This record gives sequence, structure tokens and C-alpha cells, in this order.
Amino acid sequence: MLLAAFWFFATLMLLFGVSVVLLRNPVSCAMSLVMSFICLAALYVTLDATFIGVIQVLVYAGAVMVLFLFIIMLLDLREEKSRRLNFGVTLGGVLVVAAFLSIMTQVILSTPAFAIPTPTIAGPQLSDVKMIGMTLFHSFRLPFEVIGVLLLSATVGVVVLSRRTLR
Amino acid sequence: MPILANYLIASGLLFATGLGVVMLRRSIIVIFMGLELMLNAANLSLVAFSRYGLVSGHQNYNAQILVFFIISVAAAEVAVGLAIIVSLYRARQTTHVEDLDTLKF
Repeated sequence: MLLAAFWFFATLMLLFGVSVVLLRNPVSCAMSLVMSFICLAALYVTLDATFIGVIQVLVYAGAVMVLFLFIIMLLDLREEKSRRLNFGVTLGGVLVVAAFLSIMTQVILSTPAFAIPTPTIAGPQLSDVKMIGMTLFHSFRLPFEVIGVLLLSATVGVVVLSRRTLR
Repeated sequence: MPILANYLIASGLLFATGLGVVMLRRSIIVIFMGLELMLNAANLSLVAFSRYGLVSGHQNYNAQILVFFIISVAAAEVAVGLAIIVSLYRARQTTHVEDLDTLKF
């Protein structure tokens, strides 16, 4: 059951990811990215990380991708004009990706520590949100505050950037 | 039940897709979407390690907190990056990377 869900959502996620590379219209790219993120959230749920799955749907598939679509429509981007494809650059890109893939697969498949089956969680299943809240506010109080400052400075930075025009 | 290597390979394939978007596409907004794909691939492997490396019988919640922080940093990064792209578009009227060659050596 879990295995079937894993294969289904992983395949769907990768298919939508590949369609980001292949589609020409930026709006279609953004929509397939949204679908890819939703499948990723389903994968998080198969890993018993329900809170992270919910956050993924809310923040990524919701907020971030709406921002992307908003900017695409604001700039009124049309389909990319098919320019002369630079053969060398394309070949280089494909080579880098293929090299990364082959090395990664080799490392993962040759490490016996990665071939372990899913361990069963001992004792009663605690509430995911409760455990994350406890960990966040017990061990990670300072980073939590720093993230708040980061978000504030990002907001101020965005306002400054969009008020002033570059030369 | 899937093994850890299944999740790691799915995460690596997702990272490779993001890398492919960054290397092969020429529109700066789509390149930015590729960056998001790569960040999410890292998150997937973190969550997988959290589920498969139990700490005293429970998931390693430190990894999930790290994913939470990565998501919030990524949201801030998207806001700033898109603002930069908008002001770049206002200055140059283009989002095509081959037209933006001022810094090219």
C-alpha cells in the first residue's frame, strides 16, 4: 500500500518536474511545478511527516507559486520565442545533469546503510504538530527568532527594491 | 514498504530535474523555478532521513525543524528574488538571460 503510494506519487512528481524543463509557456511551467509540489507533499505524508506536508501545500503550492504566477502575469511573459538553440550550451547542460545522476545513483546504490527497510515507530504515535512544536520551542528558540528577523528584513528589502528603479 | 534508497533516488532525480531547468532554460523566471525544485529535493531527503533514522523509537524531529527553516528561508528568498527580477525587467525590458550580459567577461 505504502509502496504503491510511493511509486505513484514519485513518478507523478518527476513527470511534472520534467515537464517544467520541456514546456515553453511560463504559466504552464508554474502550474506543473505546483502539481509537482503537491505530489511531494503526498510523499511527505507517506513518510509520516504530516505537518511538513501541510506546510508544503500551504507555503509552496500556495503562497510561493501564487507569487510566481503573479509576477509572470505582471510582466506579461509570453511563450519563449524559439531562438537558435546554442548546441554547445545544451550539450554541456545535459552532460552535467547526466554526470550528476550517474554519480548519485552509484553512491546511493553502493551504500549498504541506505538499503534499510522502514523502521516501525515504537510506542503510541504522538501528534506530529505537538512534537514539532516542542522541538521548535525547546531546542531551536534562537534560530526561530532569527528566522523572524530574516523575514522582516526580506519584507523591507522587497519594498525598497520595488520602490527604486535601477538605472 | 519502500526502502531509504528509494526516497534518496527520487530526491536525487528531482534535484537533477531542477539542475536541468537551471542549465537548459533561458527565461530567468523559469530558472528561478528550477532553484525551488532543487531546494525541495534537499527537503525530501531530509524528511526521509528523519523517518528512517529513529531517535529513541521516534522520528528525528530535528530534521523536520530544519525542513521548516529551509521552507521559510526559501519563501524569503523567492520574495527578494522576484523583486529583483521585476526591477531588472523595468530597467531592461527583458527576462531572457542571453540579453543580460553586462557582467559577462
